[in-house]
Amino acid sequence: MTTTTAAIPLPLVQRRPPAIRAFRDAIAVSGRNLIAYRRVPQLLVFSTIQPVIFVLLFRYVFGGVVSTSLTVPYVDYLMPGVFVQTVVFGAIGTAVGLATDVKSGLLERFRSLPMARSAVLAGRTFADLTRNVFVVILMVAVGFAVGFRVHTSFALLLAGMLLVLLFGYSLAWIFATLGLATGDPETAQAAAFPVMAPLVFASSAFIPVSTMPGWLQAFAAHQPVSVTANAVRALVIGGPTTSYVLQTLAWCFGILLVSAPIAVRRYRKTV
Amino acid sequence: MADVAIRAENLVKRFGTVVALDGVSFDVPFATVFGLLGPNGAGKTTAVRVLTTIIAPDGGHAEVTGHDVVHDADAVRLSIGLAGQSAAVDENLTGRENLRLIGRLSQMPNRRIAPRADDLLERFDLVDAADRPVRTYSGGMRRRLDVAASLVHRPPVLFLDEPTTGLDLNSRGELWNMIRELVNTGTTVLLTTQYLEEADRLANQIAVIDRGKVIAEGSPGQLKTRLGATVIEFGYGDAREQARRASALLAQRLAGQPESDGSTVRIISDDGSRVVVDALRTLDTEGLAPVTIAVREPSLDDVFLALTGHRAEQADGGITAQRGSS
Repeated sequence: MTTTTAAIPLPLVQRRPPAIRAFRDAIAVSGRNLIAYRRVPQLLVFSTIQPVIFVLLFRYVFGGVVSTSLTVPYVDYLMPGVFVQTVVFGAIGTAVGLATDVKSGLLERFRSLPMARSAVLAGRTFADLTRNVFVVILMVAVGFAVGFRVHTSFALLLAGMLLVLLFGYSLAWIFATLGLATGDPETAQAAAFPVMAPLVFASSAFIPVSTMPGWLQAFAAHQPVSVTANAVRALVIGGPTTSYVLQTLAWCFGILLVSAPIAVRRYRKTV
Repeated sequence: MADVAIRAENLVKRFGTVVALDGVSFDVPFATVFGLLGPNGAGKTTAVRVLTTIIAPDGGHAEVTGHDVVHDADAVRLSIGLAGQSAAVDENLTGRENLRLIGRLSQMPNRRIAPRADDLLERFDLVDAADRPVRTYSGGMRRRLDVAASLVHRPPVLFLDEPTTGLDLNSRGELWNMIRELVNTGTTVLLTTQYLEEADRLANQIAVIDRGKVIAEGSPGQLKTRLGATVIEFGYGDAREQARRASALLAQRLAGQPESDGSTVRIISDDGSRVVVDALRTLDTEGLAPVTIAVREPSLDDVFLALTGHRAEQADGGITAQRGSS
């Protein structure tokens, strides 16, 4: 050994304060995830084509049956439910995306990099939030095209959409754990469906819960998809709003508070 | 300041009931190549994953450039690069985007990232493919990008986990040259390989690992010397039966332990010329004169066989046909 320690090359790196590093790395990972949405359009199918089909199906096929029990046109009842359903189905993207990264070995490389430990999950959920913004805007446009009208104001529609996005963001953390735990995109997708199907269908998203059997109503009336759909509905149609909005916020922060630490712990264990 | 680039002390790692690392220790001096040699499942990749902070060991202790891999993982990560089996690139990003992403996440200064990525794309002959998504790359291109990614932030310690698996001969040679260049400029390289030739050609120091344990360590020369000075091989063309009889005869008449492998009889001895003369005399009188005779230094292949009782590359024909030259 002839080399002295003085000859060791220094890495081309710069130490940054933890907060700045965490932010910078999350943005980098999230940018990378958004590129994937652009290059692999099938990733977007679940979050765009599918809700559009639901709109058409419920608006024109089932709508006639449901509208008899409503005081507003069915399309005005339906669209807030569709917005919520869109972000629930979109959360599958979070699970599939993370599972893909586990399987490909990319997360392994990330774990060997001096990046913020939070960046993979923060970047993933932030990218999916960004995707949701586009998808929700698209769905509003689709809604207007099939006759959806806002009875209150544009500002309240906007507030409703923010609520939907917050709800989608909190769900992303549940599905993040699922993606990390399955570690395989197909399995993640298969595992995600039974989680969200009851949430979406046993809810007030498409039909009033009063039409459901009593035992189901107890669940359907209080579960987060119904509560969020009701809140958005109240915001765009009118009527008592505060209670639904507060319940939605409670659900969102409750879910975040529980699922984010679980996802983070799961990430630390995943290799 | 650390006196060695990598220090592993009694590393233990279990996965359920499987003991992947069973007390592995070694030191890697700065600016050298250390070869971790062993068959599939020997524990090489697990060792790399522990040393690159991907997983924590269940026992023992390891340092990279003086930083503990568990308690000071971040400092370790700033000074290492990783390529090979336990690393990957993003299929959906272009080559250039991949390198920039890794550069960013490696905490490079912003203004250095883009030029460094361009520089590496050029060095790894990926300029033409730089703006295509990686999923359109061939296996060799992907591997080159993977190695390039491990070098983005100029890490002083580089981990290459079976870096040439799946590479053609040319790319393999190029990568070997590049590794030598890096070491000349002070980089320390830990290389895992199933290819004895690779370890032989590149490594200053080799640890042979089998079933989670280091079963031998030394320079390639030392390892070969441990085995005996000379390998003598008598070839019988296609005449397997003759080879078998010759082997039985030599086992009876000579002190060494001849070993028959198809139509070749192999003897390892410290007294090569004496054995050649005696063996040929014996064989000739019995009408078993060989078709070919080879007298050579033992290869690491022979060493591996002697140490573990099994060949290094059972399931992998990749390099067997190209070896001959070592």
